[in-house]
Order: sequence, then structure tokens, then C-alpha cells
Amino acid sequence: MNPFADQVYLLARRSVVRTVRQPANVIAPLAFPLLLLAVNSGGLKAETRLPGFPTNSFVAFALAVPFIQGALFSTMNAGTDLARDIQTGFLNRLSLTPMRRLAVLAGQLGGVVTMGLVQAVVYLSVGLLAGVHIASGAPGVLVLLAFAVLVALGFGALGAFAALRTGSGEAVQGLFPVFFVFLFLSSMNIPRNLIEINWFRDVATANPVSYLLECVRSLIITGWNGQALALGFGIAAAVTLASLSLASWALKVRMAR
Amino acid sequence: MSTLAVARGVAWRTLHNVFTNPSLLIPSIVFPLFFFTAFAGGLSRVSNVPGFGFSQGYTAFQFVFVVLQSAAFGGVFTGFGIARDFESGFARRLLVAAPHRAGIILGYGLAALARWLVTVSVLTAVAFAVGMTVGGSGVDLFGLYALGLILNIAALLWACGVAMRFRTMQAGPVMQLPVFLVLFFAPVYVPLSLLQGWIHAVAVVNPLTRVIEAGRGFVAGSPTEVGAAFAAAVALAFGFSLWALRGLRKAEAAG
Repeated sequence: MNPFADQVYLLARRSVVRTVRQPANVIAPLAFPLLLLAVNSGGLKAETRLPGFPTNSFVAFALAVPFIQGALFSTMNAGTDLARDIQTGFLNRLSLTPMRRLAVLAGQLGGVVTMGLVQAVVYLSVGLLAGVHIASGAPGVLVLLAFAVLVALGFGALGAFAALRTGSGEAVQGLFPVFFVFLFLSSMNIPRNLIEINWFRDVATANPVSYLLECVRSLIITGWNGQALALGFGIAAAVTLASLSLASWALKVRMAR
Repeated sequence: MSTLAVARGVAWRTLHNVFTNPSLLIPSIVFPLFFFTAFAGGLSRVSNVPGFGFSQGYTAFQFVFVVLQSAAFGGVFTGFGIARDFESGFARRLLVAAPHRAGIILGYGLAALARWLVTVSVLTAVAFAVGMTVGGSGVDLFGLYALGLILNIAALLWACGVAMRFRTMQAGPVMQLPVFLVLFFAPVYVPLSLLQGWIHAVAVVNPLTRVIEAGRGFVAGSPTEVGAAFAAAVALAFGFSLWALRGLRKAEAAG
């Protein structure tokens, strides 16, 4: 293995092992979105009787939410772990080694992406067990997993950026309510065309989280919808690109030798 | 120093901490407003589901849930403060200084109540500002507030019992998660009659279902299940007062 790949592997392994060793970091991102899925799909099942609702299974409709919520947890995990590395001086010690800056970021995010993938597989398995039929079939499942990886990478890099700029785990945790607001003011619980209140529909339309949800939803409910996929992947790629650039810049500042 | 004097001191300090610290005050006011906006604004079309039948509209329907949710979480958030007091060592000094220790719980209870009254005032003002209508004479609305008040105390006593047993902020999820589950396993988005499957079975036996349905009856101006709702709320408060008092004894024993 070349030295760069070796560095990335070691840091990614450390990131995964550290997450797995803290049950709260594994259980919360898996259990909380599934709990919300259970609560909402039970409570809002009657919504499927509205004219124009795209499916008669609310679980299928709501299954997109855990994917995006799981990504929010990626942000928190990546950010909090990196902030702890800053607070304990681990990052300072790393900066004294020949370790490349890019390897630090890639290693950290490698762990987050691995966790994101595990989460996506669990959410999908629960959905299938609950009787959800994936309209886009087996290739759609692969696209869903690829999307989950991209979103975890993008949001994870955002968490890393927050951690590198603030150096504080509490500040990273403070981002959670902000993301939660974005999630709730989206088409999370109802399709945009069925939102009755105009200003809420406008906010949901302007909210990029709506398109991330609709990308996942299209693969589950409608099959192959080019527009939904293009918007979802486009936004996820833009978030990833922007947050990776910001995180790289912040890391350069933080690890100035 | 009487029990009441201890309670007054604890309540004043807790309220001072909350009202002078924006990071504690703002979330307790903003989050209920946010949930009200997200539920009443985003899901209003749900009132068109056949059989929904709530005369005052979806805003009023969700207002009741958010009022009761803010009451319960107001109690839980005050419980976080108790855990923080134990972590900082303040609560232990309080145990030494207070001659009537039940006054400590009473003080936290008064603080939780005062804190919720501010939240519910803002929530009510916003709800009326966005056009919420109330059925009947409007006096019934105070029935909803009375239910919220009891629920606030019950949740505080639950969180207090947890905080006094664990004496660490890490017990936060233990205080919060059961309250979240009990609230959301009730008819949150639609009336009980429209729930189906396992959630209907759970909601039927959930004591908070009676409280929420009665609260909606008050807002609609046609009170229903009032006796059952108050009985359920008072039973929760009474049960959790025993839980909190035993927690206090455990905290005393731990030294």
C-alpha cells in the first residue's frame, strides 16, 4: 500500500473503531430515525387517503427521511470526533508527523462514510421488512446506497469544517437544531404539491433538503425519475464539494506548521 | 427556614439562570413555535382526510398538542438543570444547606411552571396572531392550560427523579426519550379514530391520549373525556412525585 493510502486507512479505521466503541454513537443514529419513522408512519398513515398522495404506503413515503436524518448524525459524529481530537491535542501531535493533511480529512471522513453506509443498509432492510417495495428495483438500491454515501460525505465534511473552525464539540452539537429546522421545513411529511399553506410550500421548495428527500423517495416510490435524481445528486454533490473545500481550507489553517 | 422558603430560593435561582442565559431560554420558546409551524403549517391538508372532523381547523388541532408538548418538555428541560446542579456540586451544597429538602423539589417545580407559563403565553399569542379560532366561549381554553400545568409538573417530577438518581447530564436521554415516546404514541397528527394498526392500539392505552383529546375538546368548545383526562394527569403527577421523593432520598444517601 502506498503511504497516502496507508495513512487514510489507519485514520479511517481509528474513526470507525472509535465510533463503534461508543454505543451511543452507533445506537442513536440507527434507532432515532427508525423511531421517528415508526411514529410518523403510524400517525400519518391517514395522509395516504388524500387525493394525489403518491403511494398507499406511508412507510414507503417516509423511508426517505431516515436517510437524510442519518446524514445529519454523520455531521455530528464527524464534527464531534474531530473537535475532540483538537481539544485533546491529537491533531497538534499529528501535525508534527509527516502525515499529509488530505489523509487526515480523508481518514476522518472515511469512517463517517462507512457508518453512513451501514446506516443506509439498516434503514433499507427495515423498510423492506415492513413491506416496502423499491420501485426502481435492485439497481435502484445501489443508487440509493451511492446517494447515502455522497450525502454522508457532504454532511460529514460540513461537520468537520465546523469542528476545525470552532475546535469545540459543543459548537458542533449546536448545529443539530439548525439542521433539524431544515428537515422539518421540507417535504419531509407531505409532498410539496399537497402543502396547503403557501408560505410553507415556498419555504419547502427553496429548501434543498426537500430535493434530497425527493431523490430517495423517487427511487422507492416512482422508479426512475431523471429530474428528481438530477436535483438530488446535483445538490448533494454541490454540498459535498463546498463542504470539502471549506474543510480542507480550515484544516490547512488549523494544522499550520 | 421553612419548606416554602427553600422552594422560593431554589425557584428564584433556577429562573434567574434560565432567564439570564439565552442558550437556555431561547430553545424553550423557539422549539414549541417551530413544531407548531412545522405541524400546523406543513400538514394542514391532513384535515381534509375523510373522517377528520375537528371543527376549529388544523391550526387549533395542533395548537393543543404543541401546548401539551411544551408543558412536558418544559418540565424535562428543568430536569436537565437539576442534573447540571449535581454535576457542578451546587445540588450537594443545597442538600446540606436546606433544612426541609422536599422544598428543593417544590422549588424546581415552581421554576418549571413559571418557565412554561412564559412559553405558553408566547405560543398562544402566536397562535391567535396566525388566525387560530377557538370554539365555545373561550373560557374552556383554561381547561387546556390546567391540563398543561399538571403535565408540566408531572414531567418535571419524572425528570427530577432521574436527575437525582443519576446526578449527571449524561442522563439527559433517559429523561427525554420516554417523554418523547409517550407524547408521540398519542394521536398527534389525526384524531384517535383515524389511527390504524399498532399505533391505534398503543394510543388507546396511552394516558396522554385522554389528555390530548380532552384538550382538543376544550379548544373546540365541546369538552370531552374531561374527568378521565384530569384523572390521568393527576395520577401521573402523583406517581412521579413519589418517584422524585425517592430520588431525593437516594441523592441524600449518596452524599
